[in-house]
Amino acid sequence: MDKNIKILIVDDFSTMRRIIKNLLRDLGFANTHEADDGLTALPILKNGDFQFLVTDWNMPGMTGIDLLRAVRADEKLATLPVLMVTAEAKRDQIIEAAQAGVNGYVVKPFTAQALKEKIDKIFERVG
Amino acid sequence: MEAVNLIDPNSELVSELKACAKLLTEKLQSNQYEEASVLIQSMTQARDRHMFQSVGKLTRGLHNAIVNFHVDADLSQTQKIADAGINDASSRLQYVIQLTQQAAEKTMDMVDEASPIATNLGQEASALREEWLRLKRREMSPEEFRGLYERMNEFLMQMEVGTASLNNSLQNIVLEQGFQDLTGQVLKRVIGLIGDVEKDLVQLVFIASQVEEVTGIVTAKGDDGDIEALIEKRKHEAEGPQINKNRQDVVSGQDEVDDLLSSLGF
Repeated sequence: MDKNIKILIVDDFSTMRRIIKNLLRDLGFANTHEADDGLTALPILKNGDFQFLVTDWNMPGMTGIDLLRAVRADEKLATLPVLMVTAEAKRDQIIEAAQAGVNGYVVKPFTAQALKEKIDKIFERVG
Repeated sequence: MEAVNLIDPNSELVSELKACAKLLTEKLQSNQYEEASVLIQSMTQARDRHMFQSVGKLTRGLHNAIVNFHVDADLSQTQKIADAGINDASSRLQYVIQLTQQAAEKTMDMVDEASPIATNLGQEASALREEWLRLKRREMSPEEFRGLYERMNEFLMQMEVGTASLNNSLQNIVLEQGFQDLTGQVLKRVIGLIGDVEKDLVQLVFIASQVEEVTGIVTAKGDDGDIEALIEKRKHEAEGPQINKNRQDVVSGQDEVDDLLSSLGF
């Protein structure tokens, strides 16, 4: 697969963005960009052909689940693969994310292995 | 703070009421209705006065608890916090976020610094090992051997400098963990305040219920529909990390997330 794909990482904590960025870099994905909530992420996504979105759920401004819905509702972004990396662990929330069209769900705290597995699985499906 | 007890049988109020009641019976039995009515009025006033005093006392207690929290300066560590101008619970919590973020960032800086050194040493070591094996197999020309000889010397020097630098990074990572102590102290204080405020609030609710009871205010029954909507909303609300591992509506880890999603056909 193309390791140079453009990836947007959305999390309100800069340390978590950096952890995800480092893990992605270790997996060979170096073309990563960052946003700190849904409101800032959405225009970035709309303006720059991203091929993968990694987002947190609980963020001020616009939450990850709302960002996911906005992405799925947008004609241009509708098929963008989305991985949710979040501390939210309620069954109802996981079901909600699945129904909203998430491609993968990783609960924090997570391991490098778990992140890699989900990403591999997503791109296996998306092709 | 001092507990407010409204129905202390030894209180002034109760003895006053008892005295009045005795007098009232006497007045009523001797048909002195006007005086009886004055007595009833003074009893009501005594009760109201007591109620207001209780509420006042409690409000002062609550106020004191909050004020006390602002002016602490006795502990050596909190002095540091006070110096930074942090004097209320939410800025204390902000301080915790700030410290933990700094520590996380510095730790990651150290790892970023250390990681290429370790990678380089590892790569050079495996390259040298290849050469070494060639030497053992006697596949090396004297010219190449001189090269290896120099390279080995170079590598040992790199090793010396590199491991010193790695050790330094590791030490710094350990030092950065000091945030645990500082944030722990701040969090304990905030937990203490929450405990105090909770106690005061329980007392306040208790008084409020007493006030309602004596004044005959009836609490409006909550709309069940609203409560159900609220419960439904809470189900989907973001909560952050789960502290209670025994909750049934929560997954315990990535395996359960995967099981749940695959049961849904994902």
